[in-house]
Amino acid sequence: MINKVCPLDGLMALVRPGDRLMVGGFGVPGTPFALLDALLKSGVGDLTLVKNEANEDHMGVSKLLEAGLVSRMITTHLGLNKTAIGMMNRGEVEIEFYPQGILAEKIRAGGSGLKGILTDIGLDTELLRATKRIINMDGHEVILEPALTADVAFVHAAKADRFGNLIYAKSAMNFNPIMATASRLVIAEAEQIVETGQLNPEHIHTPGAFVDHVVELGDLSDEYGVLKSHVL
Amino acid sequence: MSYKEKIAARAAREIRDGQVVNFGIGIPTLIPRFLPQNHEVYVHSENGFLGMGEPCARGKEDRNLIDAGGAYVTLVPGASFFDSSLSFSLVRGGRLDLAFLGALEVSATGDLANWIIPGKYAPGIGGAMELAQKARRLIITTNHTDRKGNSKVLQNCTLPLTAKACVDLIITELAVMEPTPHGLILREIAGETEVEEVIACSDAELIISENDLVRF
Repeated sequence: MINKVCPLDGLMALVRPGDRLMVGGFGVPGTPFALLDALLKSGVGDLTLVKNEANEDHMGVSKLLEAGLVSRMITTHLGLNKTAIGMMNRGEVEIEFYPQGILAEKIRAGGSGLKGILTDIGLDTELLRATKRIINMDGHEVILEPALTADVAFVHAAKADRFGNLIYAKSAMNFNPIMATASRLVIAEAEQIVETGQLNPEHIHTPGAFVDHVVELGDLSDEYGVLKSHVL
Repeated sequence: MSYKEKIAARAAREIRDGQVVNFGIGIPTLIPRFLPQNHEVYVHSENGFLGMGEPCARGKEDRNLIDAGGAYVTLVPGASFFDSSLSFSLVRGGRLDLAFLGALEVSATGDLANWIIPGKYAPGIGGAMELAQKARRLIITTNHTDRKGNSKVLQNCTLPLTAKACVDLIITELAVMEPTPHGLILREIAGETEVEEVIACSDAELIISENDLVRF
């Protein structure tokens, strides 16, 4: 019997100093806050973090940054996190920005066993060109973007079964399904775990073959809730 | 109506029934409230859905449903969710009919700079570069001048570009202008301004071909 469901205790021993860690989420939806808190407690450092954004000040991955556990971050936009921007400006964390869909596509390529992608996004800005491999394809310039993989991925799902099939909720999907394909070790936290066979096969977003461990979340902490600062 | 609402109201008139549209942060987020009720328009949200509706009423928020700026929103009938890869397939693949973005600088030939002021402002790229380069039509909604009174409508951009020759129309509180390979054509001016003021507030040379400009 396959059972990937396991307790959170001890799981963070699988994350090593210097690891590259992909973290799902776009804002609060889809951010695996419980896994991030466990990692913060374990104190594993020198991480390279891959996440769309750095959450907001003192939330989610921002806590890892603020604790000095992240040496480098691969991301798309930090606009909602003044703490992270301050750390970047002071050189306390190295930040690598990508256009959002290009970051997604680098991850998708990595998860699909491809070596990279070819794109024309960013050819018009000298700042980006200076850091890119530009090749000639049939008389046109294109940027060669290497695929991106990671040692570990943390994802958040609404539902899972013991095989590791995952279903995401609404805009909490975002980077989670592609990150779940692109890492050597994939740890999912799920709001609800059901017996294998109870999820409708047509509704599964991430097949269990991609997932190594599933942690069941009990009562959700306040971080998962509605952010008062964004309410009308 | 504030000057931002005035810009948004004029911008809303560029949206056709049945279009797939993306609204960037800032002034573009005000545009939907000026859309005609009978328009069926599908709004794309970069964080992974199509069919964004009104901002969510207080107390009704769904913790799993935000726009790309973090605001709680609603859905319209026919909405769909997808991952971040597919979200930008829609943009880069040519299925986004129209995008509205803000600008730091925009040029007479339609170059756009809106993502970085080196050494001062560098929050990242987000979806801006792909929206600018790949939306089938790109409209810039912005103040005509910055806080210091410097024109944002330039002959040539000075900041690092988001994309070259990508802008189809510029809408400010003073004017509607169309960048072309031959320069910037003044199309309309605001009801409470004069051509002289638009010229004075623009660093770009304006091509004025009509004697009687449309007012908005």
